[in-house]
Amino acid sequence: MAKPFTPKVVTANALLEGDVIYQTATGWTRDLAHAEVLTDEADADLRMIDASQQTGLVVGVYLADVDASAAPKPVHFREAFRAKGPSNYAHGKQEAL
Amino acid sequence: MYSYTEFDDAFLAERNAQFRAQVERRIDGSLTEDEFKPLRLMNGLYLQLHAYMLRVAIPYGTLNGAQMHKLADIADKWDKGYGHFTTRQNIQYNWPQLRDVPDMLDALAEVNMHAIQTSGNTIRNVTADHFAGAAADEVADPRPVAELIRQWSTDHPEFQFLPRKFKVAVSGAPHDRAVIKAHDIGLQIVEQNGVLGFQVIVGGGLGRTPMIGKVLYDFVASEDLLPTLEAVVSVYNLLGRRDNKYKARIKITVHENGIDDIRARVDARYALIRPQFTGVDQQMLARIEADFAKPTFKTAPLDAYTQAYDSDPVFRSWADTNLSDHHAPGYAIVSISLKAHGATPGDASSHQMHVMADLAAQYGHDELRISHEQNVILPHVHRNDLPALHAALKDAKLATANIGLISDIIACPGMDYCALATARSIPIAQEIATRFDALKLEHEIGPLKIKISGCINACGHHHVGHIGILGLDRAGVENYQITLGGDGTQDATLGERAGPGFSADQIIPAIERLVLGYLDLRSDPAETFLQTYRRLGLAPFKAALYPEARANAA
Repeated sequence: MAKPFTPKVVTANALLEGDVIYQTATGWTRDLAHAEVLTDEADADLRMIDASQQTGLVVGVYLADVDASAAPKPVHFREAFRAKGPSNYAHGKQEAL
Repeated sequence: MYSYTEFDDAFLAERNAQFRAQVERRIDGSLTEDEFKPLRLMNGLYLQLHAYMLRVAIPYGTLNGAQMHKLADIADKWDKGYGHFTTRQNIQYNWPQLRDVPDMLDALAEVNMHAIQTSGNTIRNVTADHFAGAAADEVADPRPVAELIRQWSTDHPEFQFLPRKFKVAVSGAPHDRAVIKAHDIGLQIVEQNGVLGFQVIVGGGLGRTPMIGKVLYDFVASEDLLPTLEAVVSVYNLLGRRDNKYKARIKITVHENGIDDIRARVDARYALIRPQFTGVDQQMLARIEADFAKPTFKTAPLDAYTQAYDSDPVFRSWADTNLSDHHAPGYAIVSISLKAHGATPGDASSHQMHVMADLAAQYGHDELRISHEQNVILPHVHRNDLPALHAALKDAKLATANIGLISDIIACPGMDYCALATARSIPIAQEIATRFDALKLEHEIGPLKIKISGCINACGHHHVGHIGILGLDRAGVENYQITLGGDGTQDATLGERAGPGFSADQIIPAIERLVLGYLDLRSDPAETFLQTYRRLGLAPFKAALYPEARANAA
């Protein structure tokens, strides 16, 4: 039996700044909390195709697992670092917090 | 040191203009990412976890003050005010924006620097002994030939699409400080019957399948070196596997075909291409050697040094750990630690870079070196200038007295920055350093090299650490494996896996048990960790690491 589909977001890096970005219903956000959560596999495939075509804006599109019980949160520690920034300096996204 | 000719300047300007146009075409949509990526990689530009990263070559680790000042200016203008010095004598900027990179490269060109071939499947930045030109044990300065190799390999038309990256290191001393046996090609300058030549070692490397390099030739005459290198890389270019990225390095080619088969192929290729080398390279080498003429060393008293050494315990402690023997009487080689306890290994702020550049100008014949151990070296300082130098370093938080000790840790950027990493390295290094500083045991423990990699690719050289730490992702949790007994010197040895890994919470206490265990095991305070390990083997260290297993077995 196929594994059940778990909630995901489409993520990538912005072409110009390299910053981590997440897809929304209408565009892209730098904040995971505002990302569009995908709960249906077919829908996720379509959103990925859409994101992958935006090569003038984004680089390295992929689907990342999220905990979607409330505002989406990272599941894997790699995604947690992407959403926050490095642990040795308060640089990256955490700078704005 | 080497200064660019008109040809070099024109070449670099042309190359930078090409890359500027490539960036523009990427931004305007004329190039796809698939088309752009190999182009940016050949110019040192990566896309990492949070941002782009620009890797700038510091050829054979040698810099002058103006270059160091420029690196600091670039950090301030286009990055976040710091740079990260790497295990391959490069500097990495972690936060550049794509549009700014061409300007950064132009700024580098102003001081004869570039980022060419710091990535991609090309011959990478040629590294060398960081004490080159200064070490008391040196047979010859390895930098002129390293510069010749840089010129030969840069944009070499045959070697722009190798099966995989290719790293060359050169040492001119019997004590190997450049880890030459863990490089695709390691070159050791040797003397035979009064003539200088090269021992050529091939097929070393760390990473997924660590290998100690094998001797391809015991002695290659200077004039035969470039054709020999060209023959080796040429053989590898055809024979190296392109079907499997993980088997594509020359260490696998050598392992699968055997060193004798490789030698036969290289011999055949060499015979074919040797006539093309008409001696121009030797004329160029002679010009380069003139650029590396030793500075004029002064004769001065040692009273200020002796007085400080006898009266200032902080200075004495620093002098005892951070100085190495210089070939010139009265001089010392100064290692400036970029490993302040709790700091990120290899990071220097722009302020610190400016300070080091100024100190090099004032006290060190305007020369600096970057070591593969992620520290900065002032290779030529008269001992009488050391007290003043030490005071200035203290003011800039650059006077940590820990070279070669437990807190002088090599750590790759790990998952805090690197897109390939499977776990973090930096916080582990920070915590080990902080912990042993708190225990005040560092100097009692003595020489001990801890090397940490955040993934199997081993940028942190963990296989050759006396204690190696490898960060992995085990079912979505950071996990750290320990290897013991590795050695990156002339006695190069790969460390042995100690046993099951530790979580991020458990790894610091595990290292503490291991090191305290060593203090109990050593025959006397002069027996180093590595010597004790070689005498006793893995078992007693394993028992210290895994006390539960011992309790269960009892």
